[in-house]
Amino acid sequence: MYRRIFYILSLFALAITFSACRHDEEIFIPETVNVATPEYSSLSGFYLLNEGNMGSNKCTLDYYDYSTGVYKRNIYGYANPNVPKELGDVGNDIAVYGNRLYAVINCSNKVEVMDACTTKRIGQINIPNCRFLRFKDGYAYVTSYAGPVVITPDYKQHGYVAKVDTASFAVVDTCVVGFQPDGIEIIDDKIYVANSGGYMVPNYENTVSVIDLASFKVESNITVAINLEFLCADRHGGLWISSRGDYYDTPSRLYCYDVRKQRMIASLDVPVSSMCIDGDSIYIVSTAWSNVTMSNVTSYAIVNTLTHEKVSDNFITDGTDASIVKPYGIAVNPFTQDIYVTDADNCIDPGTLYCFSATGKKKWSVRTGDIPAHFAFLGTVR
Amino acid sequence: MHFRFILTLMAAIATYLAANAEAKPDSVHLNEVKVVGYVAPYAEVIPAQKLTGKQLERLNSFSVADAIRYFSGVQIKDYGGVGGIKTVDIRSMGTNHMGVFYDGIQLGNAQNGQINLGKFSLDNIEEISLYNGQKSEIFQSAKDFGSAGTIYLRTRYPHFEGTKNTNLQATFRTGSFGLVNPSLRWEQKISNSVSASISTEFIYATGRYKFRYKKIFSDGTVAWDTTATRHNGDITSFRAEAGLFGLISGGRWNAKAYFYDSEKGIPGAIVNNVWKASQRQWDRNFFAQGSLQKQITGNYQLLINAKYAKDYMRYLNPDTTLMYINNKFWQQEAYISTANKFTIAKNWDVDLSADYQWNYLSSTLTEFAYPTRHTALVALATAYQWWKLKGQASILGTYVFDRSRVTNGSSVTHQSSDRHEYTPAIFLSYQPFTRYAFTVRAFYKRIFRMPTFNDLYYTDIGNAKLNPEFATQYNLGFQYHVDFASSLVSALSLRADAYYNRVTDKIIAVPKGTGQYRWMMMNIGKVKIRGIDVTAQVDFHLPEGILLNANLNYTYQKAQDYTNPADNEPGAGSYKGQIAYIPWNSGSAVVHGSYRHFDLNYSFIYVGERYHNSANIRENYEQPWYTHDISAGYDFKIGAAAIKVIAEVNNLLNQQYDVILNYPMPGRNYKLTFKINI
Repeated sequence: MYRRIFYILSLFALAITFSACRHDEEIFIPETVNVATPEYSSLSGFYLLNEGNMGSNKCTLDYYDYSTGVYKRNIYGYANPNVPKELGDVGNDIAVYGNRLYAVINCSNKVEVMDACTTKRIGQINIPNCRFLRFKDGYAYVTSYAGPVVITPDYKQHGYVAKVDTASFAVVDTCVVGFQPDGIEIIDDKIYVANSGGYMVPNYENTVSVIDLASFKVESNITVAINLEFLCADRHGGLWISSRGDYYDTPSRLYCYDVRKQRMIASLDVPVSSMCIDGDSIYIVSTAWSNVTMSNVTSYAIVNTLTHEKVSDNFITDGTDASIVKPYGIAVNPFTQDIYVTDADNCIDPGTLYCFSATGKKKWSVRTGDIPAHFAFLGTVR
Repeated sequence: MHFRFILTLMAAIATYLAANAEAKPDSVHLNEVKVVGYVAPYAEVIPAQKLTGKQLERLNSFSVADAIRYFSGVQIKDYGGVGGIKTVDIRSMGTNHMGVFYDGIQLGNAQNGQINLGKFSLDNIEEISLYNGQKSEIFQSAKDFGSAGTIYLRTRYPHFEGTKNTNLQATFRTGSFGLVNPSLRWEQKISNSVSASISTEFIYATGRYKFRYKKIFSDGTVAWDTTATRHNGDITSFRAEAGLFGLISGGRWNAKAYFYDSEKGIPGAIVNNVWKASQRQWDRNFFAQGSLQKQITGNYQLLINAKYAKDYMRYLNPDTTLMYINNKFWQQEAYISTANKFTIAKNWDVDLSADYQWNYLSSTLTEFAYPTRHTALVALATAYQWWKLKGQASILGTYVFDRSRVTNGSSVTHQSSDRHEYTPAIFLSYQPFTRYAFTVRAFYKRIFRMPTFNDLYYTDIGNAKLNPEFATQYNLGFQYHVDFASSLVSALSLRADAYYNRVTDKIIAVPKGTGQYRWMMMNIGKVKIRGIDVTAQVDFHLPEGILLNANLNYTYQKAQDYTNPADNEPGAGSYKGQIAYIPWNSGSAVVHGSYRHFDLNYSFIYVGERYHNSANIRENYEQPWYTHDISAGYDFKIGAAAIKVIAEVNNLLNQQYDVILNYPMPGRNYKLTFKINI
């Protein structure tokens, strides 16, 4: 009978022994995947910023190297092994300016500044609830939701644009704009800011704030549509503005404002989740929710910036779009016109990056981090 | 490595004791040992896992959730801290499939379906029992048949020794996290058949504790190592309960009122550059409930339960770097139930139970749907015993009618369509040998959980077209118990169950449309769970009147996500991946010794490696964690006052761990309890 007891206890001991022990966690060594044959141009590669879900601290940085055709996943931790809690929580924008890489980390309330080639951390710019950024003449302009609070009588919080000296990382000036400003674009001597009002559902904002670059003061507001998100400048003085709509009766749309003539010149029934401009083409991916089918309707459109017309409904021509769940980010190689589309899938599982040729045929795809979204090319474009 | 060592040591000690015992079995002096919490194998078709009075007192547990960790088959989601949310997931089917009953009547939360068991202190709890499937006893309300797994919390029932008419118990706890926790319990005998009790408790804690995150290089040198203090985990709460307990001829009744009021900080996730949170939550819960049970005729027994509950919750996010949120929710619930048991033959009972429940939720959310839900439940159950075979079958009919206000597009259709579902359950047990207390048992149960008000109507996210989420369970197991008349080991019991569960139409949030973080609840999840639960209990009776008992639990679970067959990249896809936060291996060990007025308790909990996502990749890997807790108690008398002092050290080896990603748990912490009974 004691033998029996012994067996039972041993069994438990055995069960536990076979289960793993806790170890100190090691720095994540980036995973490399050979995805394509090398190609050579003045672009050495591109960074892809994975947003990661809020609270997960899983914003990660991936890099695709054109000269080797190798995709490197999750490179920040290895390049910066001494940074506690790595890159941070929810990436929202990324850009290369000069020899530095800037990543806007929304819920970590900072813009991370890294060496553009090595991604070694140089410093950070603390801006609460920062969203998007653009550069001009040595300054970074960053939109933020976290401006002054007003109670009139409801709680409202203005957004602002922070002017950051890229030499000192100091916020040298701020300019209060509309509510919850997102996209930002600089054309000539004006800064344009798309105000969303996303915190004030259903009373969305509907303006683009125009800031004079020299005085850094809001000069005027352009009424466009509700819940604005992205801004893209074309080479003809057109400012392309996307509206998210209200997700119900008012659908997402695309608008064009002529900054020279100072008037709206186009309003297109094209829903936008993300867009980028290359030459005279705007590439747009979108996921629109249909309350009829209770499912997402995806689209992959191209709009011509000269004619202001949609020229393609689906730039993916080989049927790959059927396996993309949630197209989320887009970029186009300015030399090859290869199109990069990210699939955020269910936003919880890792996403996928697809590369399509200019004719819309899939060239390769690779697993990314969680919610792959924002691109920045490394190298010279012109 | 510590825990391996300790377990091996435990096994070695057991072997040593066993060997010694064999050498001189007759020298052991025998006393009858009553093991608290042990249930005779045949009380129910499948008995519960139980923790009772004294065991609970010793277990270094502050809340009900802490105690439930010692059951097998259970996983706790613990966000850390005194006031932190702790929810229970039984056999990986999800928190919403768990029913929690307080003194026989279910605790409801129509809003999100989750009961925060961290909220229930053990101060007034006498017994916690956990049933897989359902309590396999047919004389119960229809709701008792309505969950995939059920936890019963029973508060203390007044007992009066000798001629005593009044019992008074004052308790004071203090320790780490700035804890100040006085409580008072008063019991009064009103007549020979009626007694009353009042229990009140106050908890204050700053909730502050140090935590540490660290990463190393592959050569073992430190890459980064950071220690910080957890903030905004404070809690101030007050609980008051009053109960009346009565006996009538052929039956009994009770009535109780419960009030809970709390304000707490929500500590939030620790992410890069954010080390503090400022979100607050206020809860106010009130309920009054009553129960009457009576043998009406020789073969007819009646049970009536009734309840009214009103809950208030406010969530505030004042952080100006985030969206300002100030939401208030009010819930109401009314419930009435009757259970009727007919004894047809000595070995054959039939029960018919009928319940009605009304729920209402209102909120300050814009475009809110103000849903009302009417639920009618009817259960028909029968229990039959034929020689050594005991069986039970039940069928539950659930009828749900939702009504809600039309709001401007906040949900697809403004209300869920009427539902009626019929779900069966079968429980069997068989004792093949007369000589041995060995029983084989099996059950099958199909049950569902209704989508909650949040799932259906939460502004923007809710989907009124949701179907119920179904869980189907198959279980096969055995239980063995043996008492030894003349040996060091006085009793041994062992139980083991293997199970297969399927969750279909699982309600999960899927991203919708343009924009970031916009979700829609959908019935798309599918999970298959294969598991084994093993429990062993050994009682030793050592010389010098030393009592020793050990409780061991082990759980193996393979809980696979079958939701998306397309996501099947080997080693990385979510398809067939282990679902979030479910360890393959988990277990606990509790060893308790007592000698005269001393008590010593050691508990160990192990949760093996997990992933925080069904994509079982390196980035999603979560380390195993295990904690060692020790408590020592001493009781003595001063006049008529019985005094007990308990000192606890929890997480003795100061392990720094997360149960949930980025929610650091406390390291080593202490607690001191003084208890006076008059």
